[in-house]
Amino acid sequence: MHLHHSDTFPDSHVHGSGTSSAAEGSGGRRRALRVGLGGPVGSGKTATVAALCRALREELSIAVVTNDIYTREDAEFLLREAVLPAERITAVRTGACPHTAIRDDISANLEAVEDLQDQLGTLDVILIESGGDNLTATFSKGLADAQIFVIDVAGGDDIPRKGGPGITSSDLLVINKTDLAPHVGADLQAMARDAEAQRGDLPTVLTAVKSPGGISPVADWIRERLAAWTAGPA
Amino acid sequence: MNRAALLVLADGRFPAGGHAHSGGAEEAVTAGRVRDVASLEAFCRGRLHTAGLVAAGLAAAAAAGYDPLLLEEAADARTAAPALRYTSRRLGRQLLRAARAAWPCAALDALATARPRGAHQPVVLGLAARCAGLTPLDAAHAATYESIGGPVTAAVRLLRLDPFDATAVLARLAPDMDHVAAEAADAAQRVQADGPAALPAASAPLLDITAEQHAVRGARLFAS
Ligand SMILES: Nc1nc2c(ncn2[C@@H]2O[C@H](COP(=O)(O)OP(=O)(O)OP(=O)(O)O)[C@@H](O)[C@H]2O)c(=O)[nH]1
Ligand SMILES: [Mg+2]
Repeated sequence: MHLHHSDTFPDSHVHGSGTSSAAEGSGGRRRALRVGLGGPVGSGKTATVAALCRALREELSIAVVTNDIYTREDAEFLLREAVLPAERITAVRTGACPHTAIRDDISANLEAVEDLQDQLGTLDVILIESGGDNLTATFSKGLADAQIFVIDVAGGDDIPRKGGPGITSSDLLVINKTDLAPHVGADLQAMARDAEAQRGDLPTVLTAVKSPGGISPVADWIRERLAAWTAGPA
Repeated sequence: MNRAALLVLADGRFPAGGHAHSGGAEEAVTAGRVRDVASLEAFCRGRLHTAGLVAAGLAAAAAAGYDPLLLEEAADARTAAPALRYTSRRLGRQLLRAARAAWPCAALDALATARPRGAHQPVVLGLAARCAGLTPLDAAHAATYESIGGPVTAAVRLLRLDPFDATAVLARLAPDMDHVAAEAADAAQRVQADGPAALPAASAPLLDITAEQHAVRGARLFAS
């Protein structure tokens, strides 16, 4: 008797190691593109996930994994906002160590991803939101195929200059809440310049994901990544 | 035999999901029963001689080559609380993934096929030890260490304990761990002849009860 657990899910296939392989999806179909979203507390990761779901859910099959720190706040926000049906959202607990769960020991997140894939069948994109963390947080390639790092203008316009793996090596840097720039005295041009100096050719967008159309550059980036993923060698 | 594999398997950095679990320590901290180094040590001693001993017996038997599916039933029989069964199977599933990558082996593949949603963690641990070329006593050592290593790490985070003091708790309990592992491995030697009833079946009712309380708590850091 498993009160907290259901054994009734049909298991289409057995999972082993090496889940970073693209050809792993059931029925020969390639598995979903897994995109990690990291960044400091309150920068707008959940707002980005919510806006991405709203922008893309008509054209793509999406699921979300949240890594809440203490409560189930993020998962519940997404449910309340009804950005996706409940069965497409899973919350993972990370034992006071959010970066461990996305980098050093990805077990619980991989399990959540696999369960979503098994239960929902065909999925195009799985968004994995890390718990709010520090500038060194990055996603393991075993968990995420691409990572977005979200910072915001209110956290200080010197953040891009400070660097760290999230800033320098994420596949997309989102500098969020540009609508607040005048109120907090943030110099957007300096932020863009510093980001470019840190990131070379890697893309950066300055936006306000909660404003109308603010998510578009991020949604476009997801579409591009997905097209490359689908076209790429299995 | 490859003794160094035991260090790999028992390392807290082995990526098998354990870092998100406190082994009941979070609920004990919330209830005020664990609040300092002394009460952490008492908690660990109790856990080691109950849950730790049972896990070590199962792990040693699996490492000795006893049928893992029979040990699954034995683990169920020794795990009264549904929350703890659920946790054990989840951790078993996560350990199975890591172990199959580290020590590819037909026995681990077969267990994954038979239990796609996870086998009990101590059973997987024992089988992983076997596939890594370790002995039943090695497997028992890994299980005993793990049974208190996780709670100590969790207590350091939850109570801001001095990490040196917390590690000294583990060091002081090392002779106890040796003793428990030896007892478990002894029992596992009898399992072929006497069946799973030969394995330790100590229980810790308070851990069972608090695991259920913890599982329904909204605000918590650890998964168990
Ligand atoms: N003004 C403004 N506020 C925003 C924007 N995006 C998000 N916010 C607000 O910023 C706050 C934090 O946003 P979240 O999306 O919860 O941030 P988060 O990064 O998910 O936070 P954690 O998960 O707690 O680390 C909320 O109050 C949002 O409404 C934006 O573009 N502009
Ligand atoms: Mg969030």
